[in-house]
Amino acid sequence: MNNHLDEAGKAIEERFGATGHRYSGELTLLIGPEHILEAAKILRDEFHFDMLIDATAVDYWPAQEPRFHVVYQLYSFPHNDLLRLRVPLNGNAPHVETVEKIYPGANWKEREIYDMFGIVFDGHSDLRRIIMPADWEGHPLRKDYPLGYEEVQFTFNAGEIDKRKPYVKE
Amino acid sequence: MTDIREVSVDELRHLVSGRAMTGETMLLNMGPQHPSTHGVLRLLLELDGEIVLNCIPDIGFLHTGIEKNMEAKTYQKAEVMTDRLDYLNPMGNNLVFCMAVEKLVNLDVPPRAQVIRVILAELQRITSHLLWLGTSSLDLAAMSVFLYAMREREMIINIFEMVSGARMMTTYIRPGGLWRDVPEGFDAAVREVLKVLPKRIDEYERLLTSNELFIDRTQHIGVITTEQCKQFGLTGPVIRATGLAYDVRKVRPYSGYEQYEFDIPTQTTGDVYGRYKVRVEEMRQSLRIVQQAMDKLPKGPVLSDNRKFVPPPRAEIGVSMEALIHHFKYWTEGYPAPAEYVYTATESPRGELGVYLEGDGGPKPYRIHYITPSFVNLQAMPIMTRDHFIADVVGIIGSIDIVLGDADR
Repeated sequence: MNNHLDEAGKAIEERFGATGHRYSGELTLLIGPEHILEAAKILRDEFHFDMLIDATAVDYWPAQEPRFHVVYQLYSFPHNDLLRLRVPLNGNAPHVETVEKIYPGANWKEREIYDMFGIVFDGHSDLRRIIMPADWEGHPLRKDYPLGYEEVQFTFNAGEIDKRKPYVKE
Repeated sequence: MTDIREVSVDELRHLVSGRAMTGETMLLNMGPQHPSTHGVLRLLLELDGEIVLNCIPDIGFLHTGIEKNMEAKTYQKAEVMTDRLDYLNPMGNNLVFCMAVEKLVNLDVPPRAQVIRVILAELQRITSHLLWLGTSSLDLAAMSVFLYAMREREMIINIFEMVSGARMMTTYIRPGGLWRDVPEGFDAAVREVLKVLPKRIDEYERLLTSNELFIDRTQHIGVITTEQCKQFGLTGPVIRATGLAYDVRKVRPYSGYEQYEFDIPTQTTGDVYGRYKVRVEEMRQSLRIVQQAMDKLPKGPVLSDNRKFVPPPRAEIGVSMEALIHHFKYWTEGYPAPAEYVYTATESPRGELGVYLEGDGGPKPYRIHYITPSFVNLQAMPIMTRDHFIADVVGIIGSIDIVLGDADR
């Protein structure tokens, strides 16, 4: 495909033992959480990935270990290339280094991930909830967080479901 | 009911200057019910007299959990949620979602559908810019532009009603093409817009562009540089007003944008006035694209014939048992998408609108994330408002054209 993207991918793979993945023309690099800060720095300074378009996360509970992947989407203005970094994180209260010092725009995006997934970014300047209220309990986009809904009662199981319903009973 | 939570200033200690703690400067709450914050945006301002020292945006009042909801719905049903994100750009939200699904399952779109998508996306851009023009000049006390802009917006909204049955929540663009072909009268209605609007845009410009009051309120206000835009990931008219012609339609063309001739308007000032000039010129460019698209509109189907991912035509359901079964299975079970992840982006009226979509082999998106320009652009509020008068904050909010449904999702 295109040379610049391949070179950047190869450099990160060699230096940090990342694994590349291609689908539909997009390159994704899976990289260990201890290398993310260095890798982002090299990508910005040597390969001109000068904008962080997005940072988000995915929760693979309960099927997969490590549970979380943090996904960074980078863009290079001079080369017009898109590159994605994925960082797997283990455990229910994961930590990862913030990339705020390299991409200041990561500030709010990391706050959103913290809010929605409970991933803590070490060294972040302002790690508060951004979308949910400050006293909210739980992290809504985790897969073990229920999507509240009303269970439909049918004649054969009305009583059974009624017992589970959260309203106050006499 | 839980008790109302007490918020102490200590929580914000790292965001305000030390003088706020001693009461030397004032912390003022603006919003979320303030009419000129364009929705439910709350700003916490640190003021020294009338001068803004710090601005701390607080969002989330319009959070509706759309991403979480979409994970529980099949791809067809999840699309309905996308209209509600950026409610001034429903066609664009549909388009970027459909592009993501098409990329994930590798689905082609027929040429007629591509051209109609472009026409609708550009008309949508014009409606959004018209509403922006009206409301943001209303904030700066230019009353009449609002009334004129809403009048012209109605013409385009009527076209959306004509094609989809809904003025705002259209869900007209579907994975694989469009819901159905455009009705009779579409051509005449769009050509009427093309005929009327250029003159009207000139009229708005006559009201504002060289209006001394407007210039006083907008020039050298809310200045941002290209470098800062790159650092914070700001896109759309904000970055174009700083002089960088970054437009997703040009750099990563989609839906056949490479076939149309149009310019990317830029300004070099990076202030509120520059963003105003960029948006007004963008409306003209959008009309140019619509004109070219109307002239070349090819004949043919508007939905892909890959029946794995699109429903059978209505006419077949009455005569073919297989089509009926397929129709039933399609809408109840959905179609599986591979366990892969893709990113697609479009140029929304506000900037780069992207979708990160991840499938898991089943009929529902495993994770979908909307990368929304309002959320990203709001982050620049502290930079833009620093050392400005509090009255200018209102103009700056207007100039970055936020939609809180887009920011909070």
